[in-house]
Amino acid sequence: MTNVRTALLLLAALALFSGSLSAGISVAEFEDPAKERLYRQLVSELRCLVCQNQSLSDSNAELAVDLRRQVHAMVGEGDSAADVADYMVARYGEFVLYKPPVSARTLVLWLGPVFALLCALLIAWRISGSRQMAEQGGVSEADIARARDLLNK
Amino acid sequence: MIRFALPVAVFAVLVAFLYAGLSLNPREVPSPFIGKSAPVFSLPVLAEAPREFSPADMKGQVWLLNVWATWCPGCRQEHDTLLRLAQRNLAPMVGFDYKDEPAKAQQWLQQLGDPYHVVVEDIDGSVAIDWGVYGAPETFIIDAKGIVRYKHIGPLDDASVASDIVPVIEKLKAERS
Repeated sequence: MTNVRTALLLLAALALFSGSLSAGISVAEFEDPAKERLYRQLVSELRCLVCQNQSLSDSNAELAVDLRRQVHAMVGEGDSAADVADYMVARYGEFVLYKPPVSARTLVLWLGPVFALLCALLIAWRISGSRQMAEQGGVSEADIARARDLLNK
Repeated sequence: MIRFALPVAVFAVLVAFLYAGLSLNPREVPSPFIGKSAPVFSLPVLAEAPREFSPADMKGQVWLLNVWATWCPGCRQEHDTLLRLAQRNLAPMVGFDYKDEPAKAQQWLQQLGDPYHVVVEDIDGSVAIDWGVYGAPETFIIDAKGIVRYKHIGPLDDASVASDIVPVIEKLKAERS
């Protein structure tokens, strides 16, 4: 129990800390809070291609700094999320999007987890089914009668 | 039998996927520019102050665009290969000096040799964004019609020049005639 509590505390600390870190890196100011929200959402959904497992907001690579500036400028001029995403995809390919659009090429990516879950459910169902069968069919009528006899003695 | 074969089969498929994944290079992201017109720009030529270069100047010939910088270790690594490639006079190579200091770039070319037909300066890196550059060195091959046909990411070596770059240049030159 204490282990679980420690783990939860650590997780909470980690979440707090990483939040303050990314906020520290992507300093950008907007007059309009809606634009600020859009900017923050975009830089966290676009991948930095230099350090590929980081988003633009997490990364301090020079390219990420340049691209954050670009996103900032585009959002400031009133471009929508789709405009910025199109701009990035035209230059760096769909790989920049952490959330790629559903297309024939990305279908496996989108449906893979659902498929795996269905497989797991199917296997679990079959295993529990065969257990039940063993429990029900594993003991013959004669054995049950003999057990009853023994108990009644 | 199935009790046994199924998990083994699933495991084998998993191993095959993971093994194939080991040989993939995550830095080689397919470029969306292949088959599209080279992005337009006009940038100052290194050490030739008022002169500017634009990709339109190369129309009618197959050419290479090599993104490099003096701060980039991979660029130093491929430099000798570039010099050898330039000596063969297969196609002019434009040097794209990315987020660099012109003085350092000039010094680098004087010391190590200059494989470039012309060198352009993208000091703030804004044109590089239009070209989808995400890490120097990168090498593009552009055909006579101004369409990007090939992109190599990372340092070139003699083997990759012989197996990838030269055949593409030759194919594109043959297309033209």
